[in-house]
Amino acid sequence: MIDWAHFTPGPSFAGGLLIGLAAAILILFNGRIAGVSGILGELLTFRRHEFLWRLLFILGLIVSPFIYQLLAPLPEVQNSVGILLLAVAGVLVGLGTSYGAGCTSGHGVCGLSRLSLRSLVATILFMLTGIASVFVIRHLLA
Amino acid sequence: MKLFTALLSGIIFGLGLVLSGMTNPAKVTGFLDITGLWDPSLALVMGGAILVGLFAFGYAKTRDKSLLGKPIQLPSNTKIDRRLALGAITFGIGWGLAGYCPGPAVASVLTGGIKPIVFTVGMIVGMAIFHGLERKK
Repeated sequence: MIDWAHFTPGPSFAGGLLIGLAAAILILFNGRIAGVSGILGELLTFRRHEFLWRLLFILGLIVSPFIYQLLAPLPEVQNSVGILLLAVAGVLVGLGTSYGAGCTSGHGVCGLSRLSLRSLVATILFMLTGIASVFVIRHLLA
Repeated sequence: MKLFTALLSGIIFGLGLVLSGMTNPAKVTGFLDITGLWDPSLALVMGGAILVGLFAFGYAKTRDKSLLGKPIQLPSNTKIDRRLALGAITFGIGWGLAGYCPGPAVASVLTGGIKPIVFTVGMIVGMAIFHGLERKK
């Protein structure tokens, strides 16, 4: 059943266009893929080569809510997940995106946009296991 | 200039994440909950992003150099192997548990309270474990 009360087609589509624009800027000006896990992971190696642009991209992400607030109030956020589970999930996401070489942005947005079969396989797999873990938490354990 | 465009890309990326609802974990898990009350919004986020991306990457593929004269570095790895599959599977489990993927978590560290910080620290630990294991090889 569709959750019409929470469905936000307009802002979600517009936000998607902005994400696409950001990826377009990075590939067309910098020649780089806007994959957040990859950019963050490379920063952590502290290799000086190609360090600064990655740092500035991540800084841009971090300050973006403040720029958003200049234009409109931040949307409300609900987060009922406990701290311990969040920490475990974070480690899984860090490991998984490193081994799989990408996340929702690198594989899901950039990879699908350049019609990569490898990224399509990755996207299908993380969508399926994302759906599975929500199913277990919400419907089996709850 | 290349540093400015990287900063600009990060900012616009983050604005898109906030506007689209991706920085709200409950909305993300609502999208992944296809057997319950399903909120399809995030399919439109992907759709919008890919719509722009198709043009950008289609054009990028025809060039060797970016508009700033930098080499265009598209991934050359096309292998679909165990490593890719296990990585994507592990990522998806964590994504479903938390409702955060890397971009929205990073974009929430200063405005989302302690939770996105805990998740992001966990993520950095996971990446560091990976780098440590890879170096040993």
